[in-house]
Amino acid sequence: MKRSVTFWIGAIAFLVIILLTTQIIGNEYPFFAGYVILQFIVLAVAWSILGGYAGYVNFGTSAFFGVGVYTAVLLTKAAGAPLAVQIAAAAAVGALLGLGVGLLTLRMQGIFFSIATIALTIVIETSVTNWRFLGGAAGIQLQRPPVTPPFHSYVQMLFFVQALLVVLAVAIARYIQNSWIGRGLQALRDDELAAECTGVPTLRLKLLACVISGALMCAAGAPAAMYLQYADPSSAFNLNYSVSVLAMSLIGGTSHWAGPVIGAILLGVTQQLLAVTISSEVNVLVLGIMLVLFVVAAPQGLIGLFRKMVDGRAEGKA
Amino acid sequence: MTSANATDAPLLRIGALTKRFGGFTALDKVSVDICPGERFGLIGPNGSGKTTLINCISGAFRTEPGTVIFQGEDITRLPPYMRRRRGIARSFQIPRPFRSMTVAENLMVALDFAGAAHDLISAAERREAVMSILQQTGLSSKADAPATRLSQVELRKMELARAVATRPKLLISDEAMAGLSSSEVDEVLDLLMSLADQDITIIMIEHIMQAVMRFSERIMCLDAGRIIAIGKPSEVMANARVQEAYLGT
Repeated sequence: MKRSVTFWIGAIAFLVIILLTTQIIGNEYPFFAGYVILQFIVLAVAWSILGGYAGYVNFGTSAFFGVGVYTAVLLTKAAGAPLAVQIAAAAAVGALLGLGVGLLTLRMQGIFFSIATIALTIVIETSVTNWRFLGGAAGIQLQRPPVTPPFHSYVQMLFFVQALLVVLAVAIARYIQNSWIGRGLQALRDDELAAECTGVPTLRLKLLACVISGALMCAAGAPAAMYLQYADPSSAFNLNYSVSVLAMSLIGGTSHWAGPVIGAILLGVTQQLLAVTISSEVNVLVLGIMLVLFVVAAPQGLIGLFRKMVDGRAEGKA
Repeated sequence: MTSANATDAPLLRIGALTKRFGGFTALDKVSVDICPGERFGLIGPNGSGKTTLINCISGAFRTEPGTVIFQGEDITRLPPYMRRRRGIARSFQIPRPFRSMTVAENLMVALDFAGAAHDLISAAERREAVMSILQQTGLSSKADAPATRLSQVELRKMELARAVATRPKLLISDEAMAGLSSSEVDEVLDLLMSLADQDITIIMIEHIMQAVMRFSERIMCLDAGRIIAIGKPSEVMANARVQEAYLGT
């Protein structure tokens, strides 16, 4: 109870600070860069629901993200739908996609599931590339609608919207982690047969995780169309999203919701700094090196390191 | 233990159960009834089909011909977790703990998913329920130890404790005593006896003969997927085919 109160006070404080900064800071660039980091937090937290708690490594983040982007594009072009509708629709499509993918692939275990999710990205990207209405391979330009007060610029508004999604994603991940769903997922990650024989409905729980994770990823992708005012298949479905998000979750640690948040902030900030100071290509190199370092030195991520330190101290005292 | 009337209908009825792996027939038309409250021993040489039979009862394997009827309901097509919710629990020959959890958390999973009602009881009540099972299984001092730090005998006990936490009607113990010292065997045997006293029907698979003889009210011997003897322990032991299967003469 007490923890929940602290969590929600923190969440509200976070949103108030975000809102205040959009009112105080006039320069658009911090929001432009910050948006990307917030987006990665949502993606990494969503990824860890299936990839961390259930242990099913999903390489299809870019598929879900891209579907979110293109759901928004489709709705804007066909009906001029407002941003909230775009995001809600993307979440619904993401949930359905998660269910479909889950039904097809979650009976496979380990590496086979991962391979199937890569295939999914390629299949969907190819479909969108050949869909003329959505601009095809050349991509599509979008016109931003007028900004809603109290925001002064559209990017600031998107920054705040993405912050709302961060709170939503973290609240969901936190609920799952502390509830019977989380214990069931953890059990099936440890030993699927033993979990099933202990009464855990493994397939259903995996499907649930895949649906929630997919919905959040698609929702995170939806505002990206308006953020860039442009969408094209090779960037919306870029495999970099899958790799970055996986690295962020693993570097942060997947046993606690804070892991992917920390990982996304750490890597996201580093990437933004490198993109400005050196080049955007160096990102990928740094990502690779950090991932290797963590897999070797801290396989449980930063959260694991932190826990080890706390345990070590406790044992030292005793 | 149970009232006389309740023992009329079998708790578990296995009808002409057959399991093939490719061309190999692991179980060949096995039929047996297990009565409520019974302590049932299952023996047989290695590879005779004991664990396969358990896997078919608990749902890990699908059977082709044959039926599994539990409390009058046909459960042949149900997945393992639904069988578990109907009251069939098992332990594994090689312990399969949830390695990232503590002992208490392992049991908590069982509590969470045993019935349809999740999260209905308070955290304190759940902890109490877990602690009382750990007390009974002699693991209360290890409640907050990681499952990976347990010794072999503790792991076996935790397997049983986790099964008991689901409040089973039928508990299948798959070689819970293999590889244990004789005093440890006695500990596990006493534990199983005390569970049987709580109206849990138990099927015990075991190679340790004194343990099976002491424990079982009825023993079934499998050889090459077929029942070669079933009856009182002394009768089964005296059976020429059982002796042949074990001694290989």
